[in-house]
Amino acid sequence: MMIHFILNGEETEIEAPDRRVVDLLREDMGLTGTKESCGMGECGACTILVDGVSRLSCLMLAAQLEGRSITTIEGLGSKEALHPVQEAFVEQGAVQCGFCIPGMVLASVNLLGENPAPTREEIRKGLAGNLCRCTGYQKIVDAVESAASHLQGKDTP
Amino acid sequence: MDTIHDDPYLTKVRGWDGRASGVPEIGTSFPRADAWAKVTGTEKYAADYYGSDLVWAGAKRAGLPHARVKAIHAEAARRMPGVLTVLTHADVKGTNRQGVVRKDQPVLVETLVRHAGDAVALILAEDRETLKRALEEVVLDLEPLPGVFDPEEALKPHAPILHEDHSTGNLLLKADLETGEGMGAFSACDVEVEGDFQTPWQEHAYLETELGWSRVEPDRTLVIVASTQTPFRDRSEVTEALGLDIQKVRVVAPFPGGAFGGKDGITVQTLLGLAALHAGGRPVKMVWDREESFVAGTKRHPARFHYRLGATKDGVLKALQVRMVLDTGPYDHLGGVVMTLALEHAGGPYRIPNTSLSARCVYTNNPIGGAFRAFGVAQAAGGMEQMMDLLARRLDMDPVEIRLRNVLRKGDRTPIGVTLQHSIGMEECLTALRSHPLYLEREKWKAEAGPFKRRGVGAAALMHAIGYGPVVPDVANAKLRLTREGRIRVYSGVVDMGQGNAATCFQIAGSILSQPPDAFELVLPDTERTLPSGSAAASRCTYTFGNALIGACEALKQRLLEKAADLLMAGSAAEMALAPGKVHHLVSGREIPLAGLASFMAESEKTITHRFRAPTAPDRIAVSEEVRIHGLGHAVFSYAAHLACVEVDELTGAVDVRHYLSISDCGRVINPQAYEQQIQGGVAQGLGYALMEDFQVRDGQVETRDLATYILPTAMDVPDMDVEAVQTHETTGPFGLKGVGEIGTSGPVPAIANAVADAVGVRLPCWPLTAERVLEAMAPSSPETRSAERRTRSKSRVHS
Repeated sequence: MMIHFILNGEETEIEAPDRRVVDLLREDMGLTGTKESCGMGECGACTILVDGVSRLSCLMLAAQLEGRSITTIEGLGSKEALHPVQEAFVEQGAVQCGFCIPGMVLASVNLLGENPAPTREEIRKGLAGNLCRCTGYQKIVDAVESAASHLQGKDTP
Repeated sequence: MDTIHDDPYLTKVRGWDGRASGVPEIGTSFPRADAWAKVTGTEKYAADYYGSDLVWAGAKRAGLPHARVKAIHAEAARRMPGVLTVLTHADVKGTNRQGVVRKDQPVLVETLVRHAGDAVALILAEDRETLKRALEEVVLDLEPLPGVFDPEEALKPHAPILHEDHSTGNLLLKADLETGEGMGAFSACDVEVEGDFQTPWQEHAYLETELGWSRVEPDRTLVIVASTQTPFRDRSEVTEALGLDIQKVRVVAPFPGGAFGGKDGITVQTLLGLAALHAGGRPVKMVWDREESFVAGTKRHPARFHYRLGATKDGVLKALQVRMVLDTGPYDHLGGVVMTLALEHAGGPYRIPNTSLSARCVYTNNPIGGAFRAFGVAQAAGGMEQMMDLLARRLDMDPVEIRLRNVLRKGDRTPIGVTLQHSIGMEECLTALRSHPLYLEREKWKAEAGPFKRRGVGAAALMHAIGYGPVVPDVANAKLRLTREGRIRVYSGVVDMGQGNAATCFQIAGSILSQPPDAFELVLPDTERTLPSGSAAASRCTYTFGNALIGACEALKQRLLEKAADLLMAGSAAEMALAPGKVHHLVSGREIPLAGLASFMAESEKTITHRFRAPTAPDRIAVSEEVRIHGLGHAVFSYAAHLACVEVDELTGAVDVRHYLSISDCGRVINPQAYEQQIQGGVAQGLGYALMEDFQVRDGQVETRDLATYILPTAMDVPDMDVEAVQTHETTGPFGLKGVGEIGTSGPVPAIANAVADAVGVRLPCWPLTAERVLEAMAPSSPETRSAERRTRSKSRVHS
């Protein structure tokens, strides 16, 4: 079965393999920015955006991509032109080992899409599905707060 | 020559990814150079190595905790389409042994299974699905043996023996140490308290599990790319275990996706090496899934402590007795070293003139105990710092005051007898804590608890040794090279598993050489390219490698100034100064770009190396040479005072940490942002250990095998932390720095346990303090927990 979807802004047509989206992305398409950590939907490392909403690519089959628009971390911003959320993660020191970060950044983008001016508590709630073992979350919350201000055109606190 | 450009395995980090910026200053926050690639998903972890014609390798694990292998039936699996081969110990041409200190762990089991996670066979398959099916097709014919799952049972005469060749049976290592009058000093104490504590396993639960990639190159070199903290030691272990020539083994260490001690030593490396030797030059990938990581990976050692602490009626500590038993599981791994560090820290950061300390590390058929951030100290501090609160309560003294009365100062001896000659900010940390608003206003805060909530505040004082101790050389070797483009390449020999030491290299080198981050590139640890600098462990990375790097930078600076002086016909190097991208002649104003300078330098002149060996303590501690080798007696320590403010739900027993304060003396802070990262992350792991990470093992079988049953702290569980620094200047440290990687992890257990006791009057003899345990302990009808609490109390007695 051929499936059609938009991957990071580009029309994509492939023969849908009988595999999970995380495998399709990482192994067939070489998009290794999406990470796998628990393989059962507990950690959020494999988060991608499907039609702008965060989804776990370890729990999705390739065929479910039909007609969707997918954003992986590779499609968000480049090193030369970071997305404001990525910029904030760098500046605020939210990155340590970095393995949770692609998923955490995309979950944050989703969160700010739904709630452009979240409180720290709302940020914590919004990111509760994404585990980080390095940071203790504080600087991630700082980063999302800072990105929210930036996106709303305010000065970064 | 600069052959580096053609090397497919090289991981190079550009300073700030090539963005222009100023020359970094020491002591100023500085975004990490590795962050750009990590936020854009372009950082290539070991997990991200594939390659065409990839072979998948996987281990068939024993499944039983103790058994004799009668037969391995692999014929059916070997015949499956897509299976390349099934390997057993008979295919291993070397010693088939791995281990950091005692090499007691087989790569593939020969005849005796010692824990359920032992690897018995190794399967190579064309794809993951075939591999998974083939793993089920391999049938192990095992004769179950009686297992031993309790470290104290394991020491009894008729216990099953795990290692027949070990002269002391299941006793891996023991240490007994007395200072002053030892136990005799208790008779002169006015008051004493006793307590027993049982500590749990803790799972590292890094987001990136144990994994790697390997291939035998056309020139017969075996290349292993692994998520590891120890590439150089790995190379030696792989060489020996598989019977190879060390010159033909290369271990490459990209940034691990978390490690925390769990990748200090062999995980996948020997299996991947063996697989590559049988893959006909094809690349091989091995990924432990979460369950395999939980079952086969190492854990923080569980330990039992008996504490007895004696003092004068004024709260001056006089005598300490500690008996501890650690369960290392079936293999030493780093069990002896963890035990030794627990022993060294068992008395906390206090002057205690008379001590009697004993420790045992014991083999069992449980999961493997190994290195985990705060390495023995997290266990011991969890006990000792609760004893301090018990003593304070017994004497009706303020818990912070009693700590201050006994803190170690320079020139004092630690509870094992090391004379402290280096920087000590313990008293400053506690003094700062005592004047912090969270402490000053604690009674008011506690009184504001809502209905069915009770609040408490608890403190802990901590110390943590830096580096390896007296015998194993604590050495780092830095290498620098001026590239033809005029950039400076730093070859880092010590892994950055997330703690930020790689980025700190840019800050150190940049400030000495007056260059902005984009003038640098950093080569990550690789046995082929960089120089051995020890493990990424022991709070030593920036302390030890940073010192080596400073030496190399100063030598390179001198060489660049001299070369430029010669070229510009200046009077001497003293007339020259480095500036971003160039060398300036201060007298004439002329300058030469670094790229230009590089073109005038011979290849041999462009490379600088510098070695640093960390200092050791002057005292010889009265323990056996065997114990000393495990690292007893450190010279340099970091210190910290923690404060936890908790709210306990009377209806559910749930403990909510509302505020957390950490004030540490880790010497001078080079990068405040990186310092906060280390403390915050360390505290979060300690908070998980204190409250929710409940690793369950029954009869040697892991019962918590996923992240649905083993609960990690989420963003909802960790509060915003107040992280402060008391910056002493450690004269032996780079710019005055001491290690910060581990100390944060030891505080939450005792600080939170003390806060819970303050809130609801319940002190448990174990942790994590799950809601269920706290609720049960709070219930007046609970016989089990009340007897545990009574046990702690009844042994406390007041003399005179």
